[in-house]
Amino acid sequence: MAARRSRIPATKYPVERFTLDNGLRVVLTPDRSAPVIGVAVVYDVGIRSEPEGRTGFAHLFEHLMFQGSESLEKLAHFRHVQGAGGTFNGSTHLDYTDYFETLPSNALERALFLEADRMRGPRLTEENLRNQVDVVKEEIRVNVLNRPYGGFPWLTLPPVMFDTFPNAHDGYGSFDDLESATVADAADFFRRYYASGNAVLAVSGDIDVAEATELVTRHFGDVPARPAPQRPDFTEPDLSAERRTSYTDALAPLPAVAGAWRVPDPVTDFAGYLPYVVLAEVLTDGDASRLVERLVQRDRTVTSLGGYLGFMGDPFDVRDPTALLLQAHLPPGGDVDKVLRTVDEELDRLATDGLTDGELARTQARMATHLLRDTDAVLGRALRMAVLEQQRGEPGLLNELPRLVGEVTEEQVRAAAATLRPERRAAIEVIAGGAR
Amino acid sequence: MTVTTAPAGPRTLPPLGPTRKLKVPKQAERTLRNGLTVIAVRRPAVPLVELRLWVPFGRVHLARGAMLSQTMLSGTESMTSVQIAAELQKVGGGLSAGVDPDRLMLSGAGLVTGLDRMLELLAEVLTGASYPSDEVATERDRLVDRIQVAQSQPAHLAREALLKRIYGRHPYATQTPEPDQIRAVRPAALRTLHSERVHPTGAQLVLVGDVQPEKALDAAERALGGWSGAGRTAELPATPPLEPGPLLLVDRPGSVQSSLRIALPAVSRTDPDHAPLQLANLIFGGYFSSRWVENIREDKGYTYGPHSVIEHSVAGSVLVAAADVATEVTGPALLETTYELGRLASLPPKPEELEQARQYALGTLQLGMSTQAGLAALTSAYAGNGLRLDFLAEYAARLAKASIEDVAQAAARYLAPARAAIVVLGDAERVTPGLAALTTVNTERQA
Repeated sequence: MAARRSRIPATKYPVERFTLDNGLRVVLTPDRSAPVIGVAVVYDVGIRSEPEGRTGFAHLFEHLMFQGSESLEKLAHFRHVQGAGGTFNGSTHLDYTDYFETLPSNALERALFLEADRMRGPRLTEENLRNQVDVVKEEIRVNVLNRPYGGFPWLTLPPVMFDTFPNAHDGYGSFDDLESATVADAADFFRRYYASGNAVLAVSGDIDVAEATELVTRHFGDVPARPAPQRPDFTEPDLSAERRTSYTDALAPLPAVAGAWRVPDPVTDFAGYLPYVVLAEVLTDGDASRLVERLVQRDRTVTSLGGYLGFMGDPFDVRDPTALLLQAHLPPGGDVDKVLRTVDEELDRLATDGLTDGELARTQARMATHLLRDTDAVLGRALRMAVLEQQRGEPGLLNELPRLVGEVTEEQVRAAAATLRPERRAAIEVIAGGAR
Repeated sequence: MTVTTAPAGPRTLPPLGPTRKLKVPKQAERTLRNGLTVIAVRRPAVPLVELRLWVPFGRVHLARGAMLSQTMLSGTESMTSVQIAAELQKVGGGLSAGVDPDRLMLSGAGLVTGLDRMLELLAEVLTGASYPSDEVATERDRLVDRIQVAQSQPAHLAREALLKRIYGRHPYATQTPEPDQIRAVRPAALRTLHSERVHPTGAQLVLVGDVQPEKALDAAERALGGWSGAGRTAELPATPPLEPGPLLLVDRPGSVQSSLRIALPAVSRTDPDHAPLQLANLIFGGYFSSRWVENIREDKGYTYGPHSVIEHSVAGSVLVAAADVATEVTGPALLETTYELGRLASLPPKPEELEQARQYALGTLQLGMSTQAGLAALTSAYAGNGLRLDFLAEYAARLAKASIEDVAQAAARYLAPARAAIVVLGDAERVTPGLAALTTVNTERQA
């Protein structure tokens, strides 16, 4: 292509990796530009691993990891982090669960102590379990049940696309399953999945590598060694015929639709996967993108539009099977079939005619900005590197992403677009039950 | 690796290292001849630059203001909306516009090598936005759709009801236009509004990133020195004092949760009471380790994410506590909330509670300044309220020296439940008995 392109810059965050005798993998990435640190512990267990009859259990268990541990009473974790000037949280994903803190750097040892303490063992009690079941039910009410488009499409589309329980089920969980959970279930889950050999610790920011190494060893070195469990095979065959369902959302004022297509394995075929990450942006990033220009501006058949990789919008921290998703809200009375037909037409056009002059380069420049912006936050680096270590053994990939995205070629994007055929698509339509 | 064996049994929490002093980054400021103030702050961490342009926008017609921000990037005399977006993308950039009752905000981020180009495109829009009819028609429909979606969300409905309850006849009382008002906005009205109100006098541009501050100011001056226009400005009246009174219950039949919103009086960032009030707010419900969260979430399981925060606007400040609670525990949740407010307003906090809140307040100042985006947001919010980043050091000093007595006094003055304005959005049939047992309830049916 003849178009001038912005040079894609890179970050050079240093990466130190080592493994403790108990199997815990550690990533240190110093950056002394601000007196803050990020600490992340990532366990290789997520929604896909929860047992049948226990939907929502991985997330419920995440809550239980905050309810006290070997040396800490209930509430102590929160108080110790915040009383050091820091913030904390945890989150449950399809393939992993993370626990993290951002703190002023004088709290490094405290944060390591807190994470090591719960890696040795959370306090699993009936009282805490019942309390957190209640809290999780309120979380589901506020995020799913009491609002329009709750769980759309991240909870509603997987059961259309997938057939097996691990990939298809509701990761927030049914109230019945949550209420049936027992302390014994939690103890089993911890023993099996929260093993030192199944975890990665990452520390980023204002640290001295030698000092941090010593502190990590001091606090995590005697966490009892338990090996990582064998990860089950979650693969499913690709679709060979279109799948389409619909449901009525009583609160939704406008119709909506989401479609998804399977993509190459993000870990074992990264080179084959990356063009899809770029394609999603070519299609939907901003007013100059293909589908926004066509559907929103020209046809006016869509009122808002998004496209991304992974059901949780997590292109670089999910394993196979995963998907490219497009989702759109339509004006009142909008025609979902027409929107899907137009998407097919635009994908066809992209595959057949290719990109316009400069279209790819400008999309890649914008993607570089997004990637770099995410890494500016100290915690963003710790979390991302922890997952890259866990899933790929390659935390330094974080530094390479803007460049690798920039090296995707027009041919690759066209080829990716050519695979997004209607017969490989799973789609779900939201019928506006709240239309006025 | 060598393994140090630690003793069995409960282990001792390690102490914190020495506190690092708050360091405000390098910055520069210039007021251009056209009246635009430009502030540039250096944080070289990643090769990007963040941009925030604050244009005072008080007393603007609600629907026209909303439509102006929706269509400002929709075209100029020489460029279409697609061209503007594509030219921004080329340098890794993007711009978006938004309004609130205080200001019009244009914000974006891009590769630092594209700063000049981003500023040129910003100038193109500021001096030449043309509000083309076709695009305005499209965006009008989209904005109506978006408002309809917002109006189906409990968080939005509760917010709307609370603003009306707090502000009465003040311009802050209504912040979302009705669909019919949007449908009535014509391109000519947008051009008029733009020429009257989108001008550099009193506006502040903040640039934060991998820049030399003086060079960033030069770049801004080159690009925006020609932005002119001396339309009118409008002062907002001070917000009215908060009027306590009966609980306002907004009916949302079938709601599986009740959205509980409590407004309390507050003061501006520069008021001597602000730091003690901030600490009192933290102790009450302003962070996870607060009395309110520990009570209604971690003890009772009534709710997922209760939080209270002091909201600062140009014309006044207010403290808002918010929790979405299960319908069946709406009364009990209000009871515990009133109890925790009353307890803090009546009895001084414990020293360790205050120290924990103080460390949190000081630490999160450091965290907030540790990204380009965080610095840009903070610098812009400060500038819009007449402050500069160096106020952070002053604020940190006030937080550091607030005593138990200061905090107890602030709590007594501002957190007393007798001063609260309370709004609940929920299923009136199911929650009225529980609420009416505790306070007087006025019920409003939804339109």
